[in-house]
Amino acid sequence: MTKQYDTIIIGAGHNGLVCAAYLAKKGQKVLLLEAADTLGGLASTREFHPGFKASVAHTINQFSSKIVGDLNLAAYGFKSGKPMQSVGLSEDGQHVSIANGKVTGVGQSDIDAFARYTKMMQRYAKAMAGFSLQTIPPIGNNSFSEVLTFAKMGLKIRGLGREDMRELLRIISLPARDLMDENFDNPILKAMLSWDGLIGSKMAPRSPNNTVLMMLFRMIGEHRGAHALPVGGMDGLINALSNALTSSGAEIRTSAPVGQVLVNRSKNGLSAVGVILQNGEEFKAQRIVSAVDPKQTFLDLVGVDNLEIEFTNRINRLRSDGYVAKLHLALDGLPDFNGINIPNERMIIAPEMDAIEFAFDDAKYGEASSEPVMEVMLPSLRDQSLAPEGKHVLSAHIMYVPYNRKGGWTKKAKDQLAKNAIKTLSQYAPGIEKQIAHAELLTPADIAESHLVTGGHWHHGEFALDQMMMMRPTYEAAQYKTPIPGLYLASAGCHPGGGIMGGPGHNAAHEILK
Amino acid sequence: MSKIKDPFAGERLKETPFHPRQSALNLRNAWSSWNGYLFADCYYEAEYEYFCIRNQCGTYDITPMQKYEISGADAEAMLNRMVTRDISKLRKNRVTYVCWCTDEGRMIDDGTIFMLTCGSPSLAWLRKSSFGYKDVTIKDLSDTVAALSFQGPTSCEVLKKMGLSKIDTLKPFGIKHFKFKGGKLMVSRTGFTGDLGYELWIDPKLALDLWDALYAAGEDFGIQPYGETATNMARLEAGFIMPEMEFNEALKTIHFQHDQTPLELDLGWLVDFKKPHFNGRNALLREKEKGTEYMLTKLDIQGNKPAEESFLYSDKACTKQIGYVTSAMWSPVVKANIALAMIKTKHLDGDIWAEINYVKELRQLSKMAKCTVMKKPFWAPARAKATPPGPY
Ligand SMILES: Cc1cc2nc3c(=O)[nH]c(=O)nc-3n(C[C@H](O)[C@H](O)[C@H](O)COP(=O)(O)OP(=O)(O)OC[C@H]3O[C@@H](n4cnc5c(N)ncnc54)[C@H](O)[C@@H]3O)c2cc1C
Repeated sequence: MTKQYDTIIIGAGHNGLVCAAYLAKKGQKVLLLEAADTLGGLASTREFHPGFKASVAHTINQFSSKIVGDLNLAAYGFKSGKPMQSVGLSEDGQHVSIANGKVTGVGQSDIDAFARYTKMMQRYAKAMAGFSLQTIPPIGNNSFSEVLTFAKMGLKIRGLGREDMRELLRIISLPARDLMDENFDNPILKAMLSWDGLIGSKMAPRSPNNTVLMMLFRMIGEHRGAHALPVGGMDGLINALSNALTSSGAEIRTSAPVGQVLVNRSKNGLSAVGVILQNGEEFKAQRIVSAVDPKQTFLDLVGVDNLEIEFTNRINRLRSDGYVAKLHLALDGLPDFNGINIPNERMIIAPEMDAIEFAFDDAKYGEASSEPVMEVMLPSLRDQSLAPEGKHVLSAHIMYVPYNRKGGWTKKAKDQLAKNAIKTLSQYAPGIEKQIAHAELLTPADIAESHLVTGGHWHHGEFALDQMMMMRPTYEAAQYKTPIPGLYLASAGCHPGGGIMGGPGHNAAHEILK
Repeated sequence: MSKIKDPFAGERLKETPFHPRQSALNLRNAWSSWNGYLFADCYYEAEYEYFCIRNQCGTYDITPMQKYEISGADAEAMLNRMVTRDISKLRKNRVTYVCWCTDEGRMIDDGTIFMLTCGSPSLAWLRKSSFGYKDVTIKDLSDTVAALSFQGPTSCEVLKKMGLSKIDTLKPFGIKHFKFKGGKLMVSRTGFTGDLGYELWIDPKLALDLWDALYAAGEDFGIQPYGETATNMARLEAGFIMPEMEFNEALKTIHFQHDQTPLELDLGWLVDFKKPHFNGRNALLREKEKGTEYMLTKLDIQGNKPAEESFLYSDKACTKQIGYVTSAMWSPVVKANIALAMIKTKHLDGDIWAEINYVKELRQLSKMAKCTVMKKPFWAPARAKATPPGPY
């Protein structure tokens, strides 16, 4: 009665889509099950007000060109957009801009330093780029191929040469603040450069850990760190992926939330053999890939009774509280940003690193910052279908907004946060508050609910030294296989992590097809 | 008399509810500690107490043993994942001996399930094990249940005389409940001596009453308290393992694989691979397929010098070391020089020699003794398993 698939993939975020597309392309019979009625997960475009649409993730800066090529996405309508400028806003309109690897709006010494700094970072990013599309072997196995992988990684870094390598090792775990202070003078430039090392993490400029790695990780894309939007917006990518996989014969079901991974228990042990939807419908397959975050996968869908005790506790301990909120504004007209003609670039509102630090201080103690720092875009300027004619959508990432607010996310607290964010915006775009037809604020707690991501976390789990590479999400599940035969992971919660890049989906498919 | 605050209050060992009687009998004042309780090594002389266990009967205070009550709809599922044996078949009023392992199959501890008892505090592990189960409650009963192990060939007779009706119909690993002085007395036919014996579980308030009733009934049956040293002798004859002797609790082991697996400890019979899932199953299955590196082995050793802490070799010339002795003694009942030893599995079929170091009037001496592998426990009298056990 039930149809037998080769692979069932749970979750049609971009990673689920990428994984499905690779498997279907190899001839596997694939079923992709998505809880929402749209595809793309955090990158899905959803209507938040009649006629106005937005996606939680609003730019792309690291989607893998290898995946674009492998899956022939161009043939399915994917066209990567031109790189955007990043603009560090100044209240008086004296903005700092970065475009084509050059900075303007700062003094000559910063211009020179930026050229040097960028070159150096580009070399490091290049040396590390390969790791992201590669399974990182577990420690201590010492099989030939695994030792070889480590050796190759080592060689790549050695290939940087002695000077560069020393410098990389010196700065690798530096707080953003130290790195910026060493190199630059302009406070806006420092704040906007550290932004890409921080956003999505529970870290601020003074936190040592993986800020520099994060910056490098975000520089491995086609535009070497510059952000872009594909033609047709986020949907340009998501539609190309879904077209690619349906044309290889894969089936997609939306509004199909999975309630349980079906684990067969016999004297031969455990194996994942299917899924049961929340409505009771059952599907069988040879293997199950979960492109849902690891915590939900194991604790909710698999269940602890099928897991080992220490493993369970490691999964439970994963740090996965999100700190980025989303603000979507439906605007009656184009807002007027001081000193900007058409606000169609990526704008950062953080006048100095301390502004970011202080916003973090509030969040660390369970409060949303009263002076939030933000990354702002008007996606409707690049994709007219997102708003009715003449109207616009403003999309903003707000840092830092704790998933776990002290006292909970009451309506009052949410209203206050939205008010604070809009007030900040109006300092740079006076009068914007009068243009707002509707405001949607998604705290991490809201995102957890609306997008089914634990903690509403950007990376499905903190992307930091303790949860990286062969530790991501935790050992015994870091090579996309899990302790349960037949069950694989493929979401941002796996190496190489989150952001719209496709690495986890690609690597999981590679392990399955091995 | 003014009350002076004890500056060491928190450091002092707790006294068990049986302490007033036991301290009166502890002629040697030979105390050590177990899980924070004052605990007798021996009362008068270990050998003497040992002979009580083997020829008459004796009590051993197991109050310090850790006891947990695990309840709720998911309690069985939780425990069944935690322990290597299948406890879904465990019937009411039965006790089962179990062990539990880390994810890597290294043994954390062993214990019995009726309530869960074990040698070391395990609350943290139980909590970890219960995470994710909706309906499980774990209660630490360690300080709220007093317990006496009552072992020896006359033990059944004494309980009968004490008025525990039909105690002789209680099967090994069975449990019976009795009314006692307005309270409840639970008796399980369990123990750590390999002989006929029982364990008595009671509200601490009734502990001294129980003691008095038992000692009154046992007067003509040679009842005596015994301590840790005698226990250790008896359990070795029975072939039972002891933490920090045969195994190092995995959660306390620092060095890689300086702990053991149940398979290495010859507890393979406790590991039920037919059970689809339990903690450590994958690792243990891999070990089973590969074969264990070491195997806990019973040895009968030439001569009469206990092979304590001896190294074992495959030849008399000591060219190849193949293992080490974990516990050893001259066994009076078996009249043999016995030991438990960890021996490299692949050498089990060859010659085994023990290098025994001993002291003779302050001279350090050493000799080589040939060892024979024993399959059965050294001491396993028929009465230990018989129901009724028969009069003695
Ligand atoms: C506020 C915010 C802003 C961000 N902005 C950007 C950005 O601008 N640029 C960028 O590159 N990255 C951004 N990110 C990060 C990026 O969006 C994510 O890392 C990435 O989208 C994760 O992709 P994924 O496919 O692994 O998972 P997801 O996109 O989270 O997809 C998981 C899918 O699984 C589905 N699912 C969950 N449970 C079930 C179930 N039981 N049954 C069936 N389906 C289920 C979900 O509905 C979802 O579709 C942002 C993240 C956040 C939180």
